[in-house]
Amino acid sequence: MSDPIIRMMNIEKHFGAVIALAGVSIDVFPGECHCLLGDNGAGKSTFIKTMSGVHKPTKGEIIFEGQPMEFDTPRDAMEAGIATVHQHLAMIPLMSVSRNFFMGNEPVTRRFGLSLFDREKADRVTMEEMRKMGINLRGPDQAVGTLSGGERQTVAISRAVYFGAKVLILDEPTSALGVRQTSNVLATIDKVRKQGVAVVFITHNVRHALAVGDRFTVLNRGQTLGTAVRGAVTPEELQDMMAGGQELATLEGSLGGTV
Amino acid sequence: MSAAPETDDRVKEISPLKRALIRPELGGMVGTVAVFTLFALFAFDSGMFAPQGIMNWSIISAQFMIIAVGACLLMIAGEFDLSVGSMIGFAGMMIAVFGVVLQWPIWIAILVTFVLCSAIGAINGFIVIRTGLPSFIVTLAGLFILRGFTIYIPQTVENKTIIGGIRDAAEGDWLAPIFGGKIGQPIFQWLGDIGVIDTFQRGTRVGQPVVDGVPMLIVWAIVLIIFGHLLLTRTRFGNWIFAAGGDAEAARNSGVPVNRVKILMFMFTAFCATVFATCQVMEFGSAGADRGLLKEFEAIIAVVIGGALLTGGYGSVLGAALGALIFGVVQQGLFFAGVESSLFRVFLGVILLGAVILNTYIRRMITGER
Repeated sequence: MSDPIIRMMNIEKHFGAVIALAGVSIDVFPGECHCLLGDNGAGKSTFIKTMSGVHKPTKGEIIFEGQPMEFDTPRDAMEAGIATVHQHLAMIPLMSVSRNFFMGNEPVTRRFGLSLFDREKADRVTMEEMRKMGINLRGPDQAVGTLSGGERQTVAISRAVYFGAKVLILDEPTSALGVRQTSNVLATIDKVRKQGVAVVFITHNVRHALAVGDRFTVLNRGQTLGTAVRGAVTPEELQDMMAGGQELATLEGSLGGTV
Repeated sequence: MSAAPETDDRVKEISPLKRALIRPELGGMVGTVAVFTLFALFAFDSGMFAPQGIMNWSIISAQFMIIAVGACLLMIAGEFDLSVGSMIGFAGMMIAVFGVVLQWPIWIAILVTFVLCSAIGAINGFIVIRTGLPSFIVTLAGLFILRGFTIYIPQTVENKTIIGGIRDAAEGDWLAPIFGGKIGQPIFQWLGDIGVIDTFQRGTRVGQPVVDGVPMLIVWAIVLIIFGHLLLTRTRFGNWIFAAGGDAEAARNSGVPVNRVKILMFMFTAFCATVFATCQVMEFGSAGADRGLLKEFEAIIAVVIGGALLTGGYGSVLGAALGALIFGVVQQGLFFAGVESSLFRVFLGVILLGAVILNTYIRRMITGER
């Protein structure tokens, strides 16, 4: 197996007196979907913000493509090829799909000595990329507001990949979606992984994680409880680790295994 | 991976007609046609569509257009500027103070005023960005502060609220004609000679056409509209304007320099107000402390009639220009038609309400909300 594209070692993050992360380590390989599981408050968000350059770790080391990395801003991380797709903050409903797709990265052509937004190219690329992902647009000028939640996630993901993301961080992409839309997003993750992109998939839904994940890391109270490989772990074990073990196990007995 | 089917049965086909109608300019286009039809029916003989009449409402419309372009781009970027009217008064007064009271050459007075007013626009934007307060409140404060200075300064230095003598001061200046001059005189003279336009029959101007050229005010309006339209629809900066107003946080996440976009749009709005003020001062030859009253609302109304959403992220410069045209034609048309002028306000309220309702409906169609 090749080297991991990104390796986070013993990351600690303190906010004043609060220890949000108390030594988290994961590594992600190209073409792998690494699921980061954890309950609310486990430190998932802090961790991915550290990875994407929003927070600087208090302690610990980030090795990206074999080099120690220090990201000062999210922009640095983005330029290095670490893209984050946020659950809500990705698309602008009133704008067309193609304007959204190229938002912040608009292609330009020079005409009459002016540098103009190359809408023809933007429209063509958008239609192509959307078709690859299995989304049929009425046209590139269709507003994002008409797309479903799952389709929006897919547009955001394919946008990140198109602009050269090597590590794609997906922050709870499925948490607000219905069953059908979730499976669309999971299918998108699968396609992206096959293109050799390293995917970090954050979720607290064990079933979604097991559907596409290659490896699973569980975060609990700011610490990693170990990484498991696909097939070596059962959904119940993951669920238990997320909840911190005991309480849920006892509760599960009384609920008859429905959780 | 199987090829995706060409059509999705869950996406309803939209008729080409409906699709053509879903555009921000729709309200403006319908309104323009309606207004012209109405006045052609009821006021055709009043001289409204004679050369002088056309020039009359064109100038009024062009005034609205100049400030509407700035207000439009700013509104699409998600902000308001209520200080436009005060800025017009302030800018005119500054030109008069620099050019007449301080005796600077007019071109320096104009340029310094442009720099000063754009800087005030930038300060407005900076305060909005840094405090996160609604631009509504910040620029409302600007409305009072600027108007206050516009009255205070001439009263302190000249003991009056109107400063005249600008036309004399601008005599022979190279920059002043760009705001106060006219172009196309030979064409209009020719049109007069061949009888298309009436000529004066007696007096000192005998033989000259009654409309002797296009005021630079109208040229400025057209230039600003073309500039604004191209900027918005054809450049990457235009995409950033939409993005900044659509959802500033999402835009930032995608690397759009939202703060820079918004501050620049505040500056552009101030620039447009200064263009208006300069043209007005050159035309009247004086600056008054009450100039530009209520212009901020007229600009916003023109923009909303033109299809922009008050919440930002959607709109069109061409639509705003049509909104301004409707505004000007109706204001002058009611005068030509001999209708009591106070009814203009009634009309304004009605058309504003109608435009907002239509816009909401169009937005629902675009975003598929119900």
